[in-house]
Amino acid sequence: MTKFLQTLMDGIAVGSLYALIALGYTMVYGILQFINFAHSDIFVLGAWISYTIAVALGYAAATTSPPAWESLLIILAAMATCGAVGFTIERLAYRPLRKAPRLNVLITAIGVSLFLQNVGQLKWFFGTQPQRMPAVLDDRILGSLAGVQIHSVDLIGAATALGLMVVLDWLIFRTRLGRAMRAVSHDIAVASLMGINVDAVISFTFVLGSSLAAAAGFLYAMKYPGLNQPAHATWVLLGLKAFVAAVIGGIGNIRGAMLGGILIGFIELFGAAYLSPHLRDIYVFSILILVLLVRPTGILGKPVAEKV
Amino acid sequence: MIKAAVPVLIGVALAVLVQLAAGPIIGPFAAKLLMDIGINVILAVSLNLVNGFTGQFSIGHAGFMAVGGYTAGCITYYGSFLLFGNTQVQPGWLSHGDLLFLGGCLAGAVVAAIAGIIVGLPSLRLRGDYLAIVTLGFGEILRVMLQRTGDVLGTADEVHKASVGTLATSLGGSLGFSGIPYYTDLFWIYTFVTITLVVALRLKFSSYGRAFLSVRENEIAAEAVGINTTRLKVRAFVLAAAFAGIAGGLFAHEVGTSLNPRELGFQKSFDIVIMVVLGGMGSVSGAVLAAIVLTLLPEALRSFSEFRMPIYALALILMMILRPQGILGLRELWELSWFPKRKTKPTEKAAA
Amino acid sequence: MSPIARRFAAFTLLAAGLTACGGGGSGSKEAATPPPAAPAAGNAQAAAAPSGDAILIGHFGSMTGSEATFGQSTDNGIRLAIKEVNAAGGVKGRPIAIKTYDDQGKSQEAGTAVTRLITDDKVAAVLGEVASSLSLAGGRVAQQYGVPMISPSSTNPKVTQIGDMVFRVCFLDPFQGWVEAKFARENLKAQKAAILYDQAQAYSKGLADFFKDAFEKMGGTITTQQAYTGGDQDFSAQLTTIRGTNPDVILVPGYYTDAGNISIQVRKLGITVPLIGGDGWDSTQLEAIGKDAIEGSYYSNHYSFQENRPEVKNFVEKYKADYGKVPDGLAALGYDAARLLFDAMNRASALDGKTLAAAIAATKDFNGVTGSITMDANRDARKSAVIVQVKGGMPVFVTKIEPPK
Repeated sequence: MTKFLQTLMDGIAVGSLYALIALGYTMVYGILQFINFAHSDIFVLGAWISYTIAVALGYAAATTSPPAWESLLIILAAMATCGAVGFTIERLAYRPLRKAPRLNVLITAIGVSLFLQNVGQLKWFFGTQPQRMPAVLDDRILGSLAGVQIHSVDLIGAATALGLMVVLDWLIFRTRLGRAMRAVSHDIAVASLMGINVDAVISFTFVLGSSLAAAAGFLYAMKYPGLNQPAHATWVLLGLKAFVAAVIGGIGNIRGAMLGGILIGFIELFGAAYLSPHLRDIYVFSILILVLLVRPTGILGKPVAEKV
Repeated sequence: MIKAAVPVLIGVALAVLVQLAAGPIIGPFAAKLLMDIGINVILAVSLNLVNGFTGQFSIGHAGFMAVGGYTAGCITYYGSFLLFGNTQVQPGWLSHGDLLFLGGCLAGAVVAAIAGIIVGLPSLRLRGDYLAIVTLGFGEILRVMLQRTGDVLGTADEVHKASVGTLATSLGGSLGFSGIPYYTDLFWIYTFVTITLVVALRLKFSSYGRAFLSVRENEIAAEAVGINTTRLKVRAFVLAAAFAGIAGGLFAHEVGTSLNPRELGFQKSFDIVIMVVLGGMGSVSGAVLAAIVLTLLPEALRSFSEFRMPIYALALILMMILRPQGILGLRELWELSWFPKRKTKPTEKAAA
Repeated sequence: MSPIARRFAAFTLLAAGLTACGGGGSGSKEAATPPPAAPAAGNAQAAAAPSGDAILIGHFGSMTGSEATFGQSTDNGIRLAIKEVNAAGGVKGRPIAIKTYDDQGKSQEAGTAVTRLITDDKVAAVLGEVASSLSLAGGRVAQQYGVPMISPSSTNPKVTQIGDMVFRVCFLDPFQGWVEAKFARENLKAQKAAILYDQAQAYSKGLADFFKDAFEKMGGTITTQQAYTGGDQDFSAQLTTIRGTNPDVILVPGYYTDAGNISIQVRKLGITVPLIGGDGWDSTQLEAIGKDAIEGSYYSNHYSFQENRPEVKNFVEKYKADYGKVPDGLAALGYDAARLLFDAMNRASALDGKTLAAAIAATKDFNGVTGSITMDANRDARKSAVIVQVKGGMPVFVTKIEPPK
C-alpha cells in the first residue's frame, strides 16, 4: 500500500511536469504541424535560468528558504526569459520558413536545439558542470499518509502545474485570443482572411509554450535539484517523453496533452515500481506504439479527414 | 538487369582503383574520412528512398543501421573464432575472412529488412509524423535492449562452449561491441556505394520510381490512378532498411569505430535526416553531396573544440533558411542549368 | 541511352569529387592546427632550455558533453606536466607540444580523433580517455597503427587487453570492487549491501559485479541489485525496493552527478545508511550537488589531495596555482600518465611506437602522485587505492588499501 501510494504521488508529480512540457509541443503542432524539437531545450533553459537567478539572489548557500514572493519572482523571471527566447527563435528561425516544407522546419528545429544545447554548455553561460539547484521552495514534510511522506515541494509543484493548465485551458477556450489560436490551428489561410493577425498569434503561441516549459523547468529543478549540464542526453530523452505524452493524448489537443502527460508519468513510475526499473524507456515507447496502432490520432485526437 | 550491371561493374572498377591507387596516396586519415563519407552516403541515399521519394518521414534509420551492424559484427566476430580460432583479419584478397564479412553484411541487410517490415507495417495505418514517432520509438526500444546484452566473449574456448542464443545476446551491452575484425576498406565501401547509387538512380528514373514520387506528391491522387500506395511505402521502407543494414555492417568493421547503443540512437538518425534534407529531398546526388559536406564539416571544425557544435548548428539553420529546398532540390547534379535540361522534369514542388 | 551515359558521367564526377574532398579534408587541418585551450602552447615556447623540434603528443577526451569535467580535468593535469617538463629542459632536449581533440564522449568521435592524431598529426604517443568504452575505441586504433596509448583513468579490464600498445596508470575495477567490499566488510562491519548501478555505463555495471563477487566471498550478502540509466532523475522505484531490504550500506558505482542525485533521494526516503561509490564520484560537484545528503558517504579513489606525501603536496600546490582549484583524481592521473610517458621517452633509445611501448612497459616503481606505478605483464598499473569520506563538503582521507599479495 505504501509503495502504491508513493508511486501514485510520484506519478502525479512527474506526470504534471510532462504535461506542462507536452503543452508546448502540442500547441506548436496544432498550429504549424511540426515537431518543435527545440522545445525541450527551452525547458532546460528554464531550469538553468531559475538556477542562475536563485544563485544571483544569494540562495546557493542559504539554509533558510526565501519568502514565497521571491520564489514567485524566480519562476516568473524564468518564464519571461524563456518566453522571450521562444519569441526570438520563432521570429528568426521558423518564420522565414513558414512556406517551406515541414521537414525543413523540423531540421531547423533540430539545429536550434543543437545550438541551444551547445551554447548552453559554454563557460560564459551555464558551463559543463552539473549544479545543485538551491532550495528556494520550502521543503517540509506536511504529513504522512499510510507511511508515505507528503513533501511540500511535490504538492506545490503539482498544484502549480495543474493551476497553469487550468489557466491555459481558460485562455484557449474562453478568450478571444484563444479563439484566434484555435482558428489559426484549424486553417491558417481562412483565419487570416477573417482578419486574424496570424503572425502575432503564432508568436504568442511560442511565447506561451516556452513560458510553460520554463515553469516546468523550475518545478523540475525543485523536485530534482541536481541539474544535469545543458547538453546532457537525458534532457533530450525527457523532452521526447513529453512529446510522446502529447502524441498519446492526441497531438494538437490541449486537454489531450495534459491527459497524456499524467498517463506517461503513471506508466513510467508504475512500470518501474512493479515490473522492472530497467526498462522504463521501453514502457513509454511501447505504449506509444500501441496507442498509435489502436488509435492513430491519439486518445483525444480527432481523426483527420482526408482532403481530396 | 544488364543495364544495371554495366554501371555496377564500372563502379566496382572505380572502387578497386580508389582502394589500390588513392588509398596509399592520400594516407590513412583521408582514407578513413573517405570511408566515413561512403557509409554516410549509403545511409543518406537509402533514407532518401523513404523520406525523399515517398515523402514518408522516418527518424529511426540509425536503428536499422544498428540492427545490421550488430548482426554482421556478431557473425564475423564469433564466426572468426569458430572458423579460424581467432579474430585476426585473414590475409589476402577475397580471403575466407572477407567472405565471412561479406556474408555478415548481407545477413545484416536481411535482418534489417525484416526489422523494416515490422516497423514499416504500421505505416499501413499511420501517416506522416506518426510514422516518424513510431520509428523513433523503435530506435529507442532497440537501444535499451542492446544496452542490456551481455559481455562480448573474448576467447575461442568460450565461444565454442556457448550456445547460439548466448552468442546472439553477448553483444557487449553498454560498453559497446568492440573487437570486431577490421575488414571494411575503401573497396568494399565504394562497391556498396555504387550498388546503392545505381539502385536509387534506376528507381528514380523508372516508372516504379515515378510511382514512389507520386505517393509523395499526392497520395490520394496516386491511389486514384491505381497505385497501391501502402505496398509502395512498405517496399521503400524495407529497401531503405536493408541498405542501412549494409551500412551498419560496413561501419561495424571499420577501423576506429565501435558499435555503441548510446550512439546509434535518435541523434544519429537525425544526422542522416539532416543529410537528406540538406541535399534536397529526392535528389540522389544531393544526398551524396550533403553526406560529403556533413562528414567533413565537423572534422574541419574539430580543433575549435567547444565552438564546434554551435557553429555546426548555426550553419544548419542558415542553410535551411537560405536554401530551403536543399542543395539540389529534387534535381540531380547533371540536371543543373549548365547541363542540357531534360524534357520531362519532375515537379520542383517539395513534400507537402 | 543518353540518360544512362549522363549518369555515368555524373558518377565518375562524383567519384572524382569524393577523392578530391577526401584530400581536401586532410589538407584542411593545417588551417586548424593551433591547439584550443592556449596554456600549453604558450608554455612550449616560453620554455627556454629545450631546443629543436617539439615532440608532439596527443590527448583525446570529452571536453564537451555529459562527461566534460572528466576530459577537462585530465587535460589540465596533462598540460601541467608538460609545462613542468618543458621548464626542466624538455624530453631528450626537445620541448613537448600537445594537441587535444574533443570526442564529445562518443566512441565514434574517439576513434576518428585518435586516427587523426596518429595518422595526420603524427603524434609520438596518445593519452586518453577516461571512459572505458571510449578508450576501447581509441585503443584499437592506436594498436592498429602501432602508436602507444596510455589511458589515465579507464578502469575496465578489457581496455589493456586490446594489445601491446595500450597501457594504463590507474588500478582496475576488479581491484576497486574488492577494495570497496573489504572496506564495507571490515571497516563498516556491513553484513548486507544493496547495489544501485548505472546500466548505461559499462564501468558502473562492472564495478557492481566485482563488488558483488568480493563482498559475497567475504561472507556478506547482497540484498538486491537495482539499475538506472545514467542521467535519470527519478530513483524512487529502485530506492523504495532497496529500503525494503534493509541493507547496511548501498553501493552506488555511478558517476558523481547521478550519485549526488541519488543521495538526495536516498535521504528523502528516510534511508540513513552510508553510500559507497567508486572513482566516478571524484568531482567537487559531488558535494555541490549532494550537499548534506552526501555527507558521511565513502568512495574509493586513486589518491587523496590530503595525503602526506611530498609528490602530492607539490602537485596540489602547483595545480592550485595554475587552475585555482583542488585537483581531482582525474587531474592527478592525467598528470601521472603524461609524466610517466616523458620518463619512458627519456629512457627509450628512439621515439618510434615499438621502442617507446617497450620503454613504457619497462616502467618500474615510477613515483607518481597517485602512488608508485609498475607496469605488469598486462600493461596495467599495480597500485593501492584510498578510501575517502565526504565530511564538511570535502573528501577526507580515511584509509589506504594495498593490493592483495
